[in-house]
Amino acid sequence: MTTPSTDTIWGWLDQVPDPEIPVISLVDLGIIRDVEWVKTDAGDALKITVTPTYSGCPATRIINQDIETALRERGIKRLSLHQQLSPAWTTDWLSEKGAAKLEKFGIAPPSPKGQPDRCPNCGGHDLEKTSQFGSTPCKALWRCKSCLEPFDYFKCI
Amino acid sequence: MQDQDALFQFLLRMGDNTLVLGHRVSEWCGVSPVLEEDIALANTALDMIGQTQFWLGLAGEVEGKGRTADDLAFLRDVWDFRNVLLVELPNGDFGQTLMRQFLFDAWASIMLGHLMTSTDKRVADIAEKASKEVAYHVERSAGTVVGLGDGTPESHAKMQAALDLLYPYVGELFESDDVDAAMVSAGIAPDPASLRDAYDALIERVLTEATLTVPASKFTHKGGRTGYMHTEHLGHMLTQMQWLQRAYPGATW
Repeated sequence: MTTPSTDTIWGWLDQVPDPEIPVISLVDLGIIRDVEWVKTDAGDALKITVTPTYSGCPATRIINQDIETALRERGIKRLSLHQQLSPAWTTDWLSEKGAAKLEKFGIAPPSPKGQPDRCPNCGGHDLEKTSQFGSTPCKALWRCKSCLEPFDYFKCI
Repeated sequence: MQDQDALFQFLLRMGDNTLVLGHRVSEWCGVSPVLEEDIALANTALDMIGQTQFWLGLAGEVEGKGRTADDLAFLRDVWDFRNVLLVELPNGDFGQTLMRQFLFDAWASIMLGHLMTSTDKRVADIAEKASKEVAYHVERSAGTVVGLGDGTPESHAKMQAALDLLYPYVGELFESDDVDAAMVSAGIAPDPASLRDAYDALIERVLTEATLTVPASKFTHKGGRTGYMHTEHLGHMLTQMQWLQRAYPGATW
């Protein structure tokens, strides 16, 4: 097979869903830091650099498996995954497309204000925090006092 | 002391603090007062266990005997742990757990801030990652300490009792020995004693807002971070934490 370009690989990775929040892709989440072909004795090998969202996020291992599975299914034979801690992941790396998908799904996207801009269900602005932590390490629990619906907020870090 | 030995000891101290406290906090999983707090405690514990994987993973790498983070966590006995005594104490009630978390988070936030400029890039990278999580932890634990301290007469009394019980363990975080001296001269980590003023200012501000009184005595229990002597509680904790690997060596899933 001809060697696929790194742009093509990025496109493939953009189709791999986040295991915890499947409406966004790993690329949307901003955790894929680099894709490059490196020369080895056995031929060109693909090197993917990934950074964790939170140190203890249990999805990290699944994410690595999903990347590997997706690329092997497309015929990539020589593949290595590298973890990179610095620069530390920030929600600034979440794509605009990802933020829009989150909100449509009912999760308020991160906001520089440190709290959700509006209720993802009704758009209301009268909001209150229920808990600083939510169902995954990257989310907090909020409630809208207009429509009374609870919702997840993607924490800004 | 060889530099690599000192670095190994330093990394054990960092990793054992987060491991032991992470395990302690995880003991609340499923039995917290309300669901939101249960989730919050579990998430905090998860962050600390994640940080442990980085610290102990690097410790194993520096030691160079092929030991992994899991080996160090599950296959050492009490006398080889290098955590401060504060983190191994039993949880007590919810307020006591949050008071301990605050006293630890305040130290961690200051320590990690310094480690971000470590001359050892591996240490600086872990600190950069962990400090973001700890900033969030200290915001929550400080907020809860204020909420409960400046709460009802009962919650206030419980938080003052927790502070009186735990404060005599705080000083160990600022003890210095030849491991620390080696870290300072290599530019890897700050002298713990040099962090005390910033720490006192931080906890004083929060505890005053919480209407709590900081005990006057600076006496401190110590012995955990040097391995001289742990409390009786750590061994009991390890019987739970290490049970599976000891009963079924090498078990995986």
